[in-house]
Amino acid sequence: MYLDNDFRLKAGLAEMLKGGVIMDVTNAEQAKIAEDAGATSVMALERVPADIRKEGGVARMASISKIREIMETVHIPVMAKARIGHFMEAKVLEALKVDYIDESEVLTPADEENHIDKRPFRVPFVCGARNLGEALRRIAEGAAMIRTKGEAGSGDIVEAVRHMRTIQKEMKQLTVMGRDELPTAAKNLQAPLELVQYVAEHGKLPVPNFSAGGIATPADASLVMQLGAEAVFVGSGIFKSEDPARRARAVVKAATYYNDPEKLLEACEELGEAMRGINTAQLEEKELLQTRGW
Amino acid sequence: MQIGVFALQGDFEKHGRALRRLGVDTVYVNSAWQLSTLDAVILPGGESSTMLKLLDLEGLFEPLKQFAAEKPIFGTCAGSILLATEVTSPSQRSLGAIDMTVERNAYGRQVDSSIRTILPEKEFENRTRPGELEIVFIRAPIIREVRGGARVLASLEGDPILVEQGRHLVATFHPEMTEDTRAHELFLRKAREK
Repeated sequence: MYLDNDFRLKAGLAEMLKGGVIMDVTNAEQAKIAEDAGATSVMALERVPADIRKEGGVARMASISKIREIMETVHIPVMAKARIGHFMEAKVLEALKVDYIDESEVLTPADEENHIDKRPFRVPFVCGARNLGEALRRIAEGAAMIRTKGEAGSGDIVEAVRHMRTIQKEMKQLTVMGRDELPTAAKNLQAPLELVQYVAEHGKLPVPNFSAGGIATPADASLVMQLGAEAVFVGSGIFKSEDPARRARAVVKAATYYNDPEKLLEACEELGEAMRGINTAQLEEKELLQTRGW
Repeated sequence: MQIGVFALQGDFEKHGRALRRLGVDTVYVNSAWQLSTLDAVILPGGESSTMLKLLDLEGLFEPLKQFAAEKPIFGTCAGSILLATEVTSPSQRSLGAIDMTVERNAYGRQVDSSIRTILPEKEFENRTRPGELEIVFIRAPIIREVRGGARVLASLEGDPILVEQGRHLVATFHPEMTEDTRAHELFLRKAREK
């Protein structure tokens, strides 16, 4: 029921982005830097998460002129964020023909109970998740790519690691269960049985699983790839660093050669300062972005 | 026989899966030294500009060009762009293994991606098996012109989508994303003949 032809096409673009880096950009100039550095895609937004965190206020879908300017500048896919539950922002982004919509906890939620019904859209969606149940609920709603949430704008990798390890562990547990145990597992995960059965059989999600939220260095990127991420999103980590172009190239290299410490060493050399970052353990519960959505 | 799939970025695992289903083991390639151990390579789908950047930075472009001069390469989607003699929209460097002009993202953006069914050329059916071909297009390029020794094995609305030239093969679609293994079988035959 969930994995039809339409869905295959949507998840297909995510397949093409595997092994790559999707970079947050706020204008055409940054988008060009990202493309030249080898980004597979850019995420167009008004402010990077570190600034949203600092400046506060309501974070919404980026301005159309900004997104259009970015779409006209680069030839790689362009993604844009809509608020959780804001299906009309998503409709606008679809009409604009962005290549992927991120229903994102980084923006201020528009609906505290319901996510967007993503299946009727022709444009594919990516959604954040902290655990397997959350990932499968988003897929059931029509998400064609999952990214672990991490803690956006923190530059602290600990939450991205926690979420990737959690999802991997929960998937492994399903693979050793008997078929008769899966309905209860589905109940506990609060996820549809059909998708739980898929994971039990294949040991992975039916869509690509990427990592986001706190990746600031090439070593961070390779760490989450080692833990099972199939590609990485880098938000504030690039354009909040000292030398964005160089750091962007280094993260691209680290995503490809995550299994090769010699290449990773090359990527880590002469990088300039990373973003300062925030220790997420010192954040108050209400300051966390990852708790948005369910 | 050793077949390599370039694993710089993209859907290389899907090609690995297609080859495994045909009983062929695959090596994922990201370094130049690996090329000397291989009989043929596949350039998968993904972002051609990202792959090109990594080919350049990691000193893989020239070794791959030399490989193409002797051994078969199969490129799908982004891989077909890398194998063309000329690329437009925008123009970018390429390996020049197949005498054709390719326009990037020519069908439009992701909302214009599609799954279609076509009848391939009789020649393709004769050399593999008869039957319709399922075409998965994802932000696909269009082959605007084929020249010289390039031969068209399948087309969609007049545009070539499956083309061979000597030992090389390109598809602007993603046979690795379907259950139909005929394009991979044709390529494996080229690799064996070599």
